[in-house]
Amino acid sequence: MTAPLFELRGVAKYFRGKTTLAERILALAGRRQPPATLRAVDGVDLTVAKGEVLGLVGESGCGKSTLARIATGILAPTAGEVFYQGRAVAGLRGRDRLDYLLKVQMIFQDPYASLDPRMRVSRIVGEALAVHKLLPRREIDGAVDRALREVGLDLAYRDRYPHQFSGGQRQRIGIARALAVKPDFLVCDEPVSALDVSIQAQVINLFMDVRARHGLTYLFVSHDLGLVRHISDRVAIMYLGRIVEIGPAASVFADPAHPYSAALIKAIPSAARRKAGFEPLQGELPSPLAPPPGCPFHPRCDHAMPACREIRPELAEIAPGRSAACHLHTAPKVA
Amino acid sequence: MNDDRLAGPILADTPLREKVLRRLRNRPTTRGAAILLGVLVLLALLAPLIAPQNPYDLAALSVMDNRLAPGEQGMAGLRFWLGSDAQGRDMLSAILYGLRTSLLVGLISTLGALVVGVTAGLVAAQFGGAIDALMMRVVDFMLGFPSILIALVLLASIGRGVDKVILAIVLVQWAQYARLMRAAALVERRKEYIEAAVNFGLPTRYIMFVHLLPNSIGSVLVVSTVSIASAITLEATLSFLGVGVPVTQPSLGLLIANGFEFLLSGEYWIAVFPGLALVALIMSLNIVGDRLRRSLNVRA
Repeated sequence: MTAPLFELRGVAKYFRGKTTLAERILALAGRRQPPATLRAVDGVDLTVAKGEVLGLVGESGCGKSTLARIATGILAPTAGEVFYQGRAVAGLRGRDRLDYLLKVQMIFQDPYASLDPRMRVSRIVGEALAVHKLLPRREIDGAVDRALREVGLDLAYRDRYPHQFSGGQRQRIGIARALAVKPDFLVCDEPVSALDVSIQAQVINLFMDVRARHGLTYLFVSHDLGLVRHISDRVAIMYLGRIVEIGPAASVFADPAHPYSAALIKAIPSAARRKAGFEPLQGELPSPLAPPPGCPFHPRCDHAMPACREIRPELAEIAPGRSAACHLHTAPKVA
Repeated sequence: MNDDRLAGPILADTPLREKVLRRLRNRPTTRGAAILLGVLVLLALLAPLIAPQNPYDLAALSVMDNRLAPGEQGMAGLRFWLGSDAQGRDMLSAILYGLRTSLLVGLISTLGALVVGVTAGLVAAQFGGAIDALMMRVVDFMLGFPSILIALVLLASIGRGVDKVILAIVLVQWAQYARLMRAAALVERRKEYIEAAVNFGLPTRYIMFVHLLPNSIGSVLVVSTVSIASAITLEATLSFLGVGVPVTQPSLGLLIANGFEFLLSGEYWIAVFPGLALVALIMSLNIVGDRLRRSLNVRA
């Protein structure tokens, strides 16, 4: 494998609940309560090789979107480091930081909120080029047209406003906006989940087209396992702020190593298998404000052992290129 | 499978401005108020051209003409349609010029308060934390006092004058805009297009003024139309109390104050006509502003 294009090392993001004035007064009176800490992302290691598509899968609220925002530099991690082309992102300043921000572009989930409603399409797509003076003024129009043509939007629409477009068209505008600054890594945060199914396929095909044309690398966040299996080279399964399994898509889907992955994959609807019954995963995702001790999945796991309630399994290699965080594969060290 | 690449834009391009104007026109009360407001603004603008007398020019006044009843003719042959005051000043001319002063003070002070309040609210929403907390406590402090009290104290210490009244009204009114702007900007700031702008490494100041400001100022602008009326009322109150505009440049409020002492001796016109003009101005502004607020509400 070539050197990773992008790497996360021990990345965590905690959100601290705001202390209200009343709580602060109580704290002064000696009734100090620790502020609630939401562990949205809790120690994630991840590498992305140049040119690959890494699918990131998990339930709603498991921290996928937060991880995507850390990867693109929109949020700063509470702990851990982000590396882009071998350089720590946190240390980048000025031109270098801008270069990283532009090379790692985000595609957003909600095409209705991700475009400024008061800007024309041409301005939205060409904004970064103009503000950062990446191109001389007279060349920006041409670059905008190229980006619009690339995502299959009629140039006649370049002076319209976002509200005049359908969801699929808006998502194309969002892709054109990212492509305009010539990125090499796209972080897609559920880019098609807000679209109609018929439109989803077109937008996915567009993603694959531009990838082939520009040799792009993708981190593709989704809760749609079928989609992730279809487009990913590797897949990472996330649960409650952590990665519980990662490996080549084909082998993870064929033979999941973590009970959570197994449960998710079993739940994929399939026309060929004609499943008679459907066994949903038991229980709810525990609150990230108070994650269970030990393995975060143990309250819902069929294979939970006593050790699972106490010792948290770390992500460990179980086969070449495959890792899982489960005591079924790594005997827990006896404390 | 329908190809969304070929499908045209799905929404017809009816500008919001046109929709709002249409809704405004369809109401007889609003239409009446709008016409009245237009006439008053026009009268104020054209005052120097249409007023029978220049009320500021002391040489043109004759004390012999003092306290003439409406319709009476003065010594120089000028007819005083709305009567004259104790200095022999034609009330019609004084009201036209007073309308000018009142509107000028109302508009400039509202504009000033808007600029200060919107900037403050935007900064508070953008930076949050201690800056936000500090600014909002200042806003709470300002809104906690009756506005007339703040203005009175300020004017009592710096003296009267058109510029000083404007300053006082700006000081009293900026806080409500700051609070409104902060709330709107906080909502808008959470949307993904702002995150996209951060992702593009756009400067914070650029994001604030190019993305956040135009998308959150709508409600503030609408409230400001109603606030012009309260600015004018406040100016009139201050002038009536004798701390507002100078006697040489009377506003409607000061004219009412001047006529007040003659009210009980039967010379009602000196106070009542400027009062009616003020009521007409405030009412038309309020009706139009209120209607505007309701028409701009998308859900209405």
